[in-house]
Amino acid sequence: MTQSIVVQVGQCGNQVGCRFWDLALREHAHVNKEGVYDEALGSFFRNVDSRSSGAGTCDIGGRIHRLKARAVLVDMEEGVVNQIVQGPLRDVFDTTQLLTDVSGSGNNWAVGHMTYGSAYGEQIVEKVRRAAEHCDCLQCFFLIHSMGGGTGSGLGTRVLGLLKDEFPGVCRIVTSVYPSEEDDVVTSPYNSVLAMRELTEHADCVLPVENQSLVDILTKIRLMSGPRIKTDSSLASGGPGGRTEKPFDSMNNIIANLLLNITSSARFEGCLNMDLNEISMNLVPFPRLHYLVPSLTPLYSLADCHIPPRRLDQMFSDAFSKDHQLMRTDPRRSLYLACALMGRGNLQLSDLRRNIHRLCSVPPVGHAHSLLALSNNTCVKGSFVALRGRYTRLYRKKEDGMEVGLFSQAAESLSSLIEEYDGLDRTSSSSSPSLDAPRLKMAA
Amino acid sequence: MSIVTVQLGQCGNQVGQELFDVICEDGQKEVYQGGSGTERFFHHNTTGELTARAVLIDMEPKVINHSMSKAAKSGKWRYGETSHFSQKQGSGNNWANGYCVHGPRHREAMEDVVRREVERCDRLAGVVTMMSVAGGTGSGVGTYVTQCLREAYPHSFILNHLTWPYSTGEVIVQNYNSVLTLSHLYGLSDAVLVHENDAVHAVCARLLNIKHISFGDVNGVIAHQLAGILQPALTPDSYGVYSRNPLGELVSSLVCHPEYKLLSVCSIPQVASSSMAYSVFSWPGLLKHLRQMLISNARMEEGIDWQVRAPPVQCGGAESARSFRATGFNRSLANLLILRGKEVFSAEADGLQEAALYTSWLPSREAFSVWKSPVSFNKYERSATLVSNSQTLLEPLDNMVRKAWNMFASRAYIHQYTKFGISEEDFLDSFTSLEQVISSYTQLG
Ligand SMILES: Nc1nc2c(ncn2[C@@H]2O[C@H](COP(=O)(O)OP(=O)(O)OP(=O)(O)O)[C@@H](O)[C@H]2O)c(=O)[nH]1
Ligand SMILES: Nc1nc2c(ncn2[C@@H]2O[C@H](COP(=O)(O)OP(=O)(O)OP(=O)(O)O)[C@@H](O)[C@H]2O)c(=O)[nH]1
Ligand SMILES: [Mg+2]
Ligand SMILES: [Mg+2]
Repeated sequence: MTQSIVVQVGQCGNQVGCRFWDLALREHAHVNKEGVYDEALGSFFRNVDSRSSGAGTCDIGGRIHRLKARAVLVDMEEGVVNQIVQGPLRDVFDTTQLLTDVSGSGNNWAVGHMTYGSAYGEQIVEKVRRAAEHCDCLQCFFLIHSMGGGTGSGLGTRVLGLLKDEFPGVCRIVTSVYPSEEDDVVTSPYNSVLAMRELTEHADCVLPVENQSLVDILTKIRLMSGPRIKTDSSLASGGPGGRTEKPFDSMNNIIANLLLNITSSARFEGCLNMDLNEISMNLVPFPRLHYLVPSLTPLYSLADCHIPPRRLDQMFSDAFSKDHQLMRTDPRRSLYLACALMGRGNLQLSDLRRNIHRLCSVPPVGHAHSLLALSNNTCVKGSFVALRGRYTRLYRKKEDGMEVGLFSQAAESLSSLIEEYDGLDRTSSSSSPSLDAPRLKMAA
Repeated sequence: MSIVTVQLGQCGNQVGQELFDVICEDGQKEVYQGGSGTERFFHHNTTGELTARAVLIDMEPKVINHSMSKAAKSGKWRYGETSHFSQKQGSGNNWANGYCVHGPRHREAMEDVVRREVERCDRLAGVVTMMSVAGGTGSGVGTYVTQCLREAYPHSFILNHLTWPYSTGEVIVQNYNSVLTLSHLYGLSDAVLVHENDAVHAVCARLLNIKHISFGDVNGVIAHQLAGILQPALTPDSYGVYSRNPLGELVSSLVCHPEYKLLSVCSIPQVASSSMAYSVFSWPGLLKHLRQMLISNARMEEGIDWQVRAPPVQCGGAESARSFRATGFNRSLANLLILRGKEVFSAEADGLQEAALYTSWLPSREAFSVWKSPVSFNKYERSATLVSNSQTLLEPLDNMVRKAWNMFASRAYIHQYTKFGISEEDFLDSFTSLEQVISSYTQLG
């Protein structure tokens, strides 16, 4: 069994990460009733016996002593991380896994990427290295960050480059939260465009999530279910003692669910075993085009038990509908380069023969089954074009002291990415899909 | 003589486990005189337990662990305690990762496990490798291991058993992996025996009436057909003694030319246990169906096109190639029929020996062989298995190459292979050699 390390950077990265660890613990508690430290748990957690002198990691198969997340938490201010280590999850992290500064990056990508990157890069890598040493076979990094701020966007992408240099064989899957159009961070288009270049160059896969989509989805759920969300649903943030929900919590739970589902078939047994490195192998036909739009179903029944469960086949079509995408795009109107469906729960091989791709037998907490789709679809281009538009408008009234070279390189990188998607759209509309490429001729 | 089986990747390790189950079950029912089926595939370990002559290889541990414990739980046989090699992380559906990275890195360790198994045999009849072609480990490491076996045992027979993916499969790059595997194996293997998941799935659905089909069901059918071939039988030259060299006999009856080594299998009857009681099978009936399945290229007993007829004895080249398309006639190069069960010596198989079924350049006497055994096989009183070197696999092979070629035209996914050392030229070489195979089989028409 392989292991993964989560690197969460900035406010958003840490808040999303925090929801992920909470749900992951709940999921394993639900499945693993005996309290045995098994390989599934081992993929994201170490089992530390604090009574033994070296506080070393215990072997698979023993009792659970104290679970420690395979994670590195980075923020350039203290607030969010402090809250986490004082909150209900305090036991899963210890101080050696944390790295904070006090003043934040002030929503400035360059401060995060350059200033803090140079100051802390080596220390962060050192912490990751220590986490890696605890892994028996490190397969994947999950980087979680936002695009719009300074730390997650700037320092996060700096860390991404460092991981590539230091651990070239380990897959890098990045969850990137894109700002909504009316984001309160004025500089978010700058930060996002600058970060995009790094993601395009250094990530194996990016799972883009747009805050506006999460808001839309939650609005729909509330409309359907009334104000109360089922408390034990995986959308609710169930801290012990009914702690009050924070503004981003339910949005972040959706993202956390996405991460849980992606990793589920690597963690649990399934009839079609999936390795995380198969994601990029199957979904990334061209190295730069590795933006995989996620969709989750059933979102609605996730929130409320009174809505009848979605029929299986309905779930499959939902996975492709506009309403279930975590980016504001409509994949059905664009070109699919590749797509994976990852089902969980009591789905059969024969259901899946209708085109499902991955299967894992353990359903998410509280549900019979669920489906995650990852679409490599030219529809993301739309979001990128819109982002470039906002960037250009902002750039016209640019302030002094900006590093012009950096900006133009980033803008160029984004434009050439958009052009690459355009090129594929053009070839698909000009040539009929049934047309075969002329084959090699053999002499008789 | 004994056969060593090498199971590679998820598919190989799951299908292999199922095969030993069937052979063990069948072999214990009756003792075959002479070389018993048990000795062919099993030995007794120090504590006397029946132990498969098998090596399990995968780049991740889950499947191997599962297969080993399943075998142990059967209470009838087991895998050798140390006859496996696994790593922690699979090849990620990437043939290049398996062939260029994992294969060479673990060469010595894998060769050691195989050698230990070979040295346990009094005499080695040959090696059967089992794997899928669509993933990364079975296909890539499997190809590499076959290459090593060829070097280490230059005089032994190597039969590659391959599982071909569903045509709408779960691995997007499956056609690339398949093309790379087939093109490389073609130069190494003595014979390539193919099961297509689509065809086997259809048997499960339509003949066995299974509602929710699992890989276990699919593998059960594959194992049944394979055991039907590999269990002991009397060959025409064996004069009443069970043949001792099944792989050699198989190869010499079916692969007479190195350009043609793709073998397909079909079996009859295959029915759900629940309807066994109502079915009566006679040799003439079974063989009549089997013949029509062969010439009309039906993969199972249902939906046979009875309109298809063998054309009048060859008029030659291009003309008849065209008529093959028109009539749906499947031309054979060679066939091997294996009959098992009651009154087997009275069964007449002349219909499968007609010259019209074969090419003009191989006399049908030589093109057609029959093996027989009076021992009933599996649950069937009478059963027939046909191994065929014919045009049956032409269409699926052509589809595979076409889809891979279309992807290659836009160079999609190529970077995933070049990063492990497989270049565009390597792809082109593979395409060229498979186009050659396609062209050869097409010309059989
Ligand atoms: N979905 C989600 N978005 C968030 C969250 N926190 C912040 N954001 C978004 O992230 C962007 C701001 O980035 P932050 O993550 O707050 O910034 P940071 O990485 O901490 O960087 P600095 O504060 O500049 O040092 C805005 O687009 C916010 O809407 C969160 O918990 N969930
Ligand atoms: N018939 C059958 N096909 C299988 C089975 N398991 C996997 N497959 C097929 O095998 C192909 C996938 O290859 P795997 O054998 O899973 O891959 P692998 O060799 O383990 O390689 P990696 O996992 O990529 O390292 C697909 O075409 C599946 O349909 C099985 O038990 N039976
Ligand atoms: Mg901040
Ligand atoms: Mg595998």
